[in-house]
Amino acid sequence: MKTALQRIYLALIAIFLYAPIGVLMVLSFNESKSRNHWAGFTTKWYVSLFENKQIMEALYTTLILAFVSAAIAMVLGTAAAIAMEAMGKKLRTYTMGVTNIPMLNADIVTGISMMLLFIALGMRLSFGSVLIAHITFNIPYVILSVLPRLRNLNPSVYEAARDLGASPLQAFGKVILPDLAPGILSGFLLAFTMSLDDFVITHFTKGPGLDTLSTKIYTEVKKGIKPEMYALSTIMFVSVFVLLMLFNGISSRKSAGRAAGKAARSKKADRSETDR
Amino acid sequence: MKQKLIDLQGISKSFGDNLVLDDLNLYINQNEFLTLLGPSGCGKTTTLRIMGGFEAPDRGKVIFEGQDITNLAPDKRNVNTVFQRYALFPHMNIEENIAFGLKISGKSKQYIRDKVRYALKLVNLDGYEKRMPDSLSGGQQQRIAIARAIVNEPKVLLLDEPLGALDLKLRQDMQYELIRLKNELGITFVYVTHDQEEALTMSDTIVVMNQGYIQQVGTPEDIYNEPCNAFVADFIGDSNLIDGVMLEDKLVEINGTKFRCVDTGFGKNRPVDVVIRPEDVELVIPEKGILTGTVTGLIFKGVHYEMDVEAGGFTWLVHSTQMFPVGSRVGLYVDPFNIQIMNKPESEDEEAVQGEE
Amino acid sequence: MKNKKNIWLSGPYLVWSAAFVIIPLLLVVYYGLTAKDGGFSLEYITAVTQPENWKALWLSVLLSLVSTVICLILSYPLAMILVRSRLSSGSMIIFLFILPMWMNFLLRTIAWQNLLEKNGVINSVLSWLHLPAVNIINTPGAIVLGMVYNFLPFMILPIYNALSKIDENLFHAARDLGANSVQTFVKITLPLTVPGIVSGITMVFIPAMTTFVISDLLGGAKILLIGNVIEQEFKQASNWHAGSGLSLVLMVFIVINMIVTSIADKDGEGALL
Repeated sequence: MKTALQRIYLALIAIFLYAPIGVLMVLSFNESKSRNHWAGFTTKWYVSLFENKQIMEALYTTLILAFVSAAIAMVLGTAAAIAMEAMGKKLRTYTMGVTNIPMLNADIVTGISMMLLFIALGMRLSFGSVLIAHITFNIPYVILSVLPRLRNLNPSVYEAARDLGASPLQAFGKVILPDLAPGILSGFLLAFTMSLDDFVITHFTKGPGLDTLSTKIYTEVKKGIKPEMYALSTIMFVSVFVLLMLFNGISSRKSAGRAAGKAARSKKADRSETDR
Repeated sequence: MKQKLIDLQGISKSFGDNLVLDDLNLYINQNEFLTLLGPSGCGKTTTLRIMGGFEAPDRGKVIFEGQDITNLAPDKRNVNTVFQRYALFPHMNIEENIAFGLKISGKSKQYIRDKVRYALKLVNLDGYEKRMPDSLSGGQQQRIAIARAIVNEPKVLLLDEPLGALDLKLRQDMQYELIRLKNELGITFVYVTHDQEEALTMSDTIVVMNQGYIQQVGTPEDIYNEPCNAFVADFIGDSNLIDGVMLEDKLVEINGTKFRCVDTGFGKNRPVDVVIRPEDVELVIPEKGILTGTVTGLIFKGVHYEMDVEAGGFTWLVHSTQMFPVGSRVGLYVDPFNIQIMNKPESEDEEAVQGEE
Repeated sequence: MKNKKNIWLSGPYLVWSAAFVIIPLLLVVYYGLTAKDGGFSLEYITAVTQPENWKALWLSVLLSLVSTVICLILSYPLAMILVRSRLSSGSMIIFLFILPMWMNFLLRTIAWQNLLEKNGVINSVLSWLHLPAVNIINTPGAIVLGMVYNFLPFMILPIYNALSKIDENLFHAARDLGANSVQTFVKITLPLTVPGIVSGITMVFIPAMTTFVISDLLGGAKILLIGNVIEQEFKQASNWHAGSGLSLVLMVFIVINMIVTSIADKDGEGALL
């Protein structure tokens, strides 16, 4: 009874979170251009999407922006996290404080503040300014993903590599980096997704003529959103969903297998050790 | 002929305001099993890390085979370390872990393969090449850590409390294994531990340290039988540590009772520390004892009984295979050879060292 | 790895942060405290007391408070269920955050129009169930719903993290010492999750209070929140001083929030993720 209630509650929240996504997917197959009535099933938007130059351009901008900003944030953020691990308590607290600013600050304030900076510097509001803005709000996500990994690192591992003849650079590349890789990767993916979904900061730091999917949708809201947008979003959502399922399936099977094997082996090992 | 392999000269090291090592001088001979023994915070691990190249001393020199290596990076030293928590590389399998140092130094594939197999055989783990570190038990990881260090053929193996994370039975097994390895490899071991039993079992030489100072250097027998001060006596094994007065050569007074002993040269009426090991206190019938007392505590310890005996204003710790029930009247007798007389610490510094316990 | 030399690796990041986080905020302060002629002036700060601005600010605070409370009430039981189901936090982050974000946030919010409209999905279901219709589209109610929808994950995650960190033996110990399940919850669970609750509240309240998109899309462009006013000052009126002045007022709330968060996050772990 209790677990049934819990399941129902979980299901309701899931419906709440995913219902709009379902609506959009349905709309992507709607014959009518209006989102207010259903005029029959069609897949034509999935074809015309690729002929819509504006949408394709916005998609391209969005993906490049997300990739480049996440990549740069990954490098800067990882370096910063390694540095923070070496810091004393005070310096570390300050650095953490700075890191928290973009995360806790309102997007609108971050957006206008950067817009004011770019204008004060006489910079043209274009791809460059948006890129800088995205890097800025992405770095904290990388730092917060890498830090826990660093903290779990056995500090002797680096020294062990040095002890076995590795130069500082070799020790970092062969031992530390592979160990941090999952944290760095998830930081990158988080940053990529954040950049992809951002509207507010892009809205303030972009100039005319440049559009990401978000800003394009925002301008379309008043005129009516093109059904191709629903189709594109559906494609993106579904492909990421499939990728995540595949990835999760592989990694969970792997880790489950490893855990089971580990249990079996350690039992054997215990016996052999007590036997002697 | 013994030969100095490592010579630490006047090493001092502090972390912030905390002086960890103060003018430490120590040499380690070729092919020696030397143990740095002391309570936590005594500077033993720092000493080891200075030899490994992970810390630079503030003052002093590290001489290795006649060369000054004080500021040489760890990867340039012909010593290898077995770390406290093993520090196996979690993303590499056992073979890759062991081969790490050999690959870095550019050895041939064939050489590496043979060497890895040899090392695994040496630590009794042949066939484990493809396993991941996290699939091994603590004892096995420990042995891999040793294998990983020794394939590089270091002149010295540094071991930082390598058995600290293992349970008692496994620890004892590994002690014998380490002695065997040392004999097979014929290299120098420098071993850090806070476990006095481990030190006594394995070492050729024990260095007892406390608060950044060396208290005593000697063979396990020396350290146990003739501790040079109260700290060493108390830290190594159980002991009765009593204030006494050296009345004259070969005669000491403890709480008003005179004991014959064999020590000379302390002068007359000189306050001293007296150490008597609990197994050296013999319980006899009251008439035959130097002094008489009452048994107030009794614990069975397996090999022997441990008893508390109130006698002459002091509670004596006694180990004996013979059991005397609580309340028994007994006589206490101590052979003159088994009474160890030590000077009282001279400086307040050393006093503080003792108080630390 | 704790090599002090590594501290220099933070150089590029700290320079970046100074240039693109700190200085921009100082510029907001500068514009907010000056008049158009460049002289010091408080007129754009005090502009917040003008009736329409004051109304927008008041409505923003009210709606975001309501949304925060609803998020908290929804999240706590959910987080407890999730912790008991031993879901790995990784898959939860994906389910809650990453995956929905690949459907654009503006589109997802617009989709609520479809769901909420007079003849929309929800009302169709309700009439099929012979229940009265809900008409909240283009009302503050719809905005609250949009806020809860968008920011609910930010409440769930920190509470989930705080809950999953609690050693299960603490509950056993409490029960063992005679506490019933309610007492265990009040005396053990709740106090230990306070940091998670606090960071959840800050993570929901600030974005909700400062949004202009949700009110734009679900409020029918008739309801102005403080975010809308600021956005219009910048994008339509191009009055940076006025926009900055109101932003400074917002920043008061943000700074209070940051202080609260840093108190809750004592060990500097960054409780947000």
